[in-house]
Amino acid sequence: MHELSIALSMIDQIGEESASRGGLEVEIVHLKLGIFSGVDKEALSFAWKLACEGTPLERSRLVIESIPLVIYCEACGRDRVPPSVYQLSCPDCGTSGQKIVSGREIEVTSLEVLA
Amino acid sequence: MSTRMVEVRAKVMKQNDLLARALRERFTREGTCVVGLVSSPGSGKTAFLEKLLSGLARDARVAALVGDLATENDAERLRRATPNVRQITTGTVCHLDAQMVDRALESWQLDRIDFLFIENVGNLVCPSSYDLGEELRFVLLSATEGEDKPLKYPTIFNSSDVAIITKMDLADAAEFDLAAARRNIESVRPGMRVLEVSAKTGAGMQAVFDLLHAQLARARHLQTTATR
Repeated sequence: MHELSIALSMIDQIGEESASRGGLEVEIVHLKLGIFSGVDKEALSFAWKLACEGTPLERSRLVIESIPLVIYCEACGRDRVPPSVYQLSCPDCGTSGQKIVSGREIEVTSLEVLA
Repeated sequence: MSTRMVEVRAKVMKQNDLLARALRERFTREGTCVVGLVSSPGSGKTAFLEKLLSGLARDARVAALVGDLATENDAERLRRATPNVRQITTGTVCHLDAQMVDRALESWQLDRIDFLFIENVGNLVCPSSYDLGEELRFVLLSATEGEDKPLKYPTIFNSSDVAIITKMDLADAAEFDLAAARRNIESVRPGMRVLEVSAKTGAGMQAVFDLLHAQLARARHLQTTATR
């Protein structure tokens, strides 16, 4: 379970963002989390609460948007969602896809702060 | 109270990824072939690495970083093959990150090392999120673990470059279905190279040595282009 490490990295990054903008009172943290990132959504939500204790983010809420796995199909020439995370092939033509377009991201996209 | 939205777009792994990139550039500059090893606990990583180190040490300079939660046992085992072994004790942390690797390399002269192996903590989940700057990543799967492991842990197989099936000497006893294992690996990482070995009997190890020597030649080539 490395979700606690991830949560701590997020807190550091948000702290830097806040400092560079003269201090923000963060209410909600929006995170994009790829389902192929190796990070579990539930475990991260749980770790978030623990990691934020005693920090300026203590009362913040983490909102996670799951990003599906998307691969590029060479045969069809377009991005496709594979049948599952353990079958990286085109759902239409069945061609194996080695190129991952999205699904690995762990990215804080925006913060909702007190105006 | 009203709120406003602040756009951030901060990649959470950015710090690790930047450091991993710096490490990769350093390895390229020094001409060191760096290989990461990931697997579940008990898949035979250390036995395999022991064979790699002793086999390669005959005509190359080898070194290893070994990640473990608490003990120094693995490092001691590996020191029989080469004195250039450092343990990274992670405490409760279930994976290595680029910073741990960077720190562990302190005072090592990489230009005097041909092959550097980085053995991760036994774990098929967490290491997949952390780039360590290695040029090649081996994921190990033992014949005794069962052929469906790749389907259960697709991210680690997908973030690796070569799959090594270990403990092949036990395949029959464990009724290991090699064809199914290969199919499953191909499903989660199309085109992935798969090698079967037994560290105990030495079967299949030559193919791994050949692959590593080819990789070293590549590292040397990259070094000349990078320093030109």
